[in-house]
Amino acid sequence: MTKVEGIAGALQAKLADGVRSVTTFRGQTTAQIELGLIVRACQVMREELGFELLAALTCVDYWPEEPRFSVVYQLYSVQHNELLGLRVAVDSRLGEVPSVVSVYPNANWHEREVFDMFGVRFSGHPDLRRLIMPHDWEGHPLRKDHPLGYEEVQFSFNFDEIDRRKPYAKG
Amino acid sequence: MLQPSMEVTVDELKHLVSAQALSGETMLLNMGPQHPSTHGVLRLLLELDGEVVLQCIPDIGFLHTGIEKNMEAKNYLQALVMTDRMDYLNNLGNNLVYCLAIEKLVDLDVPPRAQAIRVILAELQRISSHLVWLATHALDLAAMSTFLYCFREREQILDIFEMCSGQRMMTSYIRPGGIWRDLPAGFEEAVRQFTRTFPKRIAEYESLLTRNPLFIDRTRKIGVIGAEDALRWGLTGPMLRGSGVGLDFRKSQPYSGYELYDFDIPTGTHGDTYDRYLVRMEELRQSLRIIEQALDRLPGGPFISDNRKFVPPPRRELGQSMEAVIHHFKLWTEGFSAPKGSVYAITESPRGELGCYLEGDGGPKPYRVHFRTPSLAALQTLPTLSRGHYVADLVAIIGSIDIVLGDADR
Amino acid sequence: MGVEQKLGNLGVVTTTLEKAVNWSRTGAMWPMLFGLACCAIEMMSAQSADYDLSRFGMELMRPSPRQSDLMIVAGRVSRKMAPVLRRLYDQMPDPKWVIAMGDCCSCGGVFNNYAIVPGVDEIVPVDVYIAGCPPRPEGLIHGILTLHEKVRGETLKDWA
Repeated sequence: MTKVEGIAGALQAKLADGVRSVTTFRGQTTAQIELGLIVRACQVMREELGFELLAALTCVDYWPEEPRFSVVYQLYSVQHNELLGLRVAVDSRLGEVPSVVSVYPNANWHEREVFDMFGVRFSGHPDLRRLIMPHDWEGHPLRKDHPLGYEEVQFSFNFDEIDRRKPYAKG
Repeated sequence: MLQPSMEVTVDELKHLVSAQALSGETMLLNMGPQHPSTHGVLRLLLELDGEVVLQCIPDIGFLHTGIEKNMEAKNYLQALVMTDRMDYLNNLGNNLVYCLAIEKLVDLDVPPRAQAIRVILAELQRISSHLVWLATHALDLAAMSTFLYCFREREQILDIFEMCSGQRMMTSYIRPGGIWRDLPAGFEEAVRQFTRTFPKRIAEYESLLTRNPLFIDRTRKIGVIGAEDALRWGLTGPMLRGSGVGLDFRKSQPYSGYELYDFDIPTGTHGDTYDRYLVRMEELRQSLRIIEQALDRLPGGPFISDNRKFVPPPRRELGQSMEAVIHHFKLWTEGFSAPKGSVYAITESPRGELGCYLEGDGGPKPYRVHFRTPSLAALQTLPTLSRGHYVADLVAIIGSIDIVLGDADR
Repeated sequence: MGVEQKLGNLGVVTTTLEKAVNWSRTGAMWPMLFGLACCAIEMMSAQSADYDLSRFGMELMRPSPRQSDLMIVAGRVSRKMAPVLRRLYDQMPDPKWVIAMGDCCSCGGVFNNYAIVPGVDEIVPVDVYIAGCPPRPEGLIHGILTLHEKVRGETLKDWA
C-alpha cells in the first residue's frame, strides 16, 4: 500500500460512510465522497492529514447519464509530497454542492468557474456569479448539450455564399 | 451582440463594495480591459479613497477562447495545437503538460533523449517567459530600457525554437511520446552560445534594477503575503517561493527526467514584490544550470517512442512494412484511443503549478480536459494583496504576479 | 465637404495636397495599444530593437484611443471583448485605420466555437489583414507598409 493509499484509508476511517470508494488508476488515488460530507472531508484533509493546497477544482459532465456531474478536487500536501483526488457525484435535478470556501479560500473562483461553465450551484458560496462568460450569457458552455458554436468554414466553393451572409461591420 | 454587455451596474456589485462607495464617499473606478499596465485584457473595478485602493474586484473572461470545449471536439493530437495558445508565453510548457497527461493516461514511454530535449526546451521557455515578465514589469515602473534589452535576449531564444520547429512561438514541438522531429544540426552550438552570453546579460539587468533605490522604493513592502496565507490561497510558483515556501514541482513531483539534474530553488523571505523579483532573477540562473547539464549529458537514441499504436511511423518505414501503413492510416484518420479513466499531470510553469486533468472515455477524443492554470489562482489574490496600497502600487503588484490572461481565461 | 468644396476641382493643387497629406499621415501613424493575446507579444517584439517599429514613426503606442490613428487588433477577440473593441474604435477620431494582425482576428483562426468572434471584420471595418499565427514581426511590418501604400492612394474626400 502506498503512502497516499494509507492517507485515503485514514480519511475513510475518520469519515465512516462518507467515503464511498477509493480507486487507484495509473498511480493516482481518488476517493469518492458523499455529497453532503465534502466540506467535512476537506476539513479533515486540511487540518488533520496535512493537505494544505487545493491544487485544482473542476467538473465533468456525464450527460445523459445520472448522476450527471462529477466535481473533482485535487489536493496536494507539501509536507507529505502527495496528491489525492476527491470526487463528488452531483445529480442534475438536486444539483447543489456545499462550498469548500471556508476550508480552502482559493476555491472561490474555481467554484465560480464551475458554476459558469456547468451550472452546478454551490451552497454557502459568498459570491456565486459568472466568472468568464459575459454576465448576461444564457447557458452553460461546457455542458455536453450546449453546442460548440461551430461556424461553417469558408472554402473556395462556398466563398461567395458565405460572404453574402457574413455580417461585416460598416465604418 | 454589440450591446455593451460588460456594463455591470452598481446594484449588482452592492455586496462587494462597501457602503461608502454606494453613497459616494469613495470613488468607483473602472480600470478597463484596454489598459497599458494590466498585461492583457483584465478589467479591475477599484474602490478608491483618494489614491488608496480599498477594494479591487477583477473581472476576467475577455480572452475566453473556449479551448477546453474545443479540445473535446478534436482528437488528441489535433487538440495539442490548441494548448500552445493558452498561456502564450509558455507554449512548450503547455504542450508538455498535455503530453504528460496523455502519456500517463495511455501509459506511453518516452525515450531518455526526448526527455532531455523536453527539459532543455522547457527551461529555455521559462527563461523567455521571465524575460517578458521583466520587460513588462520594469516598463510599468518606468525602466524602459530593460524592455529593449530583454526582448533582444528573447530573440536569441526564439531563433532556437524556430530552428527546431519552424515556428517562433506556437511550436507544437512536444508531441505524445517524445518530440516532433530530431534536433537540427546547429542546435547545440546555438544553445551553448546562448548559455555563454546570457549570464553577463543577467548581471546587466541586475545592475540596472536590483540595487536601484527607485526600484526598491516601488517594490519593497508592496503586495505582501505570508507563507500560510499563500498556501491557503492556492498560490504556487514564484509567488509562493517569494513568501518563503520552497515548493517547486520540478523537485517534488519530478517529470521528464528533472530528478537527474542538480539545481537550487530560490526562496524569498518577506513575500513582497521585491522578493518575487529576486526569486525570478535567480531562477534565470538556475534554468541556465539545468540547460547546461542537460546538454552535457544529452543521450543518443530515438527522439520519440516507437509504440506504433500512438506514435505515427516515420515515412521511410511506410514503403517497407504493411503494419506501418495500417498504423499510419489509423493514426492520421481517427487518431489513437485512450482508455476510460482520469489522470492529473502537474508541471512547473514559469507562473506556478500548471496542471492538466484529462479524462478519457475509450474514444479518440478527450472526454474532458481541464487545465489548472496558475494565473487564475494568482489573480484571485489580487484583492488581498492590493488592499491599502496606492493605484501606482497596484500596477507593480499586477506585474509581480506575472499573469497571462490567456492562461486565466483559456 | 470642407477642403474640396473650397478649392473646387483645381486638379494639380488638390493632388499635390493629397500627396502631402497622405505622406504626413504615413510618416507617423500612431498605433493604439490593443494587444489582446499571443499576437501582442509578436507586436511587442516588432516594437523592440531587433525589428524596430520606430523607423516608421510608431515607437509610441498610445493607450488612449483619442490620440491614436491606427488600431492594430492583435489577438483573438472574444464575445465579451467585442463591445469594448467597437466602443474604442468609435472613440478614435478620423482618419483611422485598422489592421487585423494574425489569424484569429482575420477569420477566427484555429478556433471555431461559441467564444471567439470569427473575424474582427464583423465588428470594425478592416483595412489590412495579416496572416500568421502569430505573424512574424517582419509580417507585421509588411502589413504596415501595405497600409502605407493604401493610405498613399487615398483621396481627400475619404476623410474630409
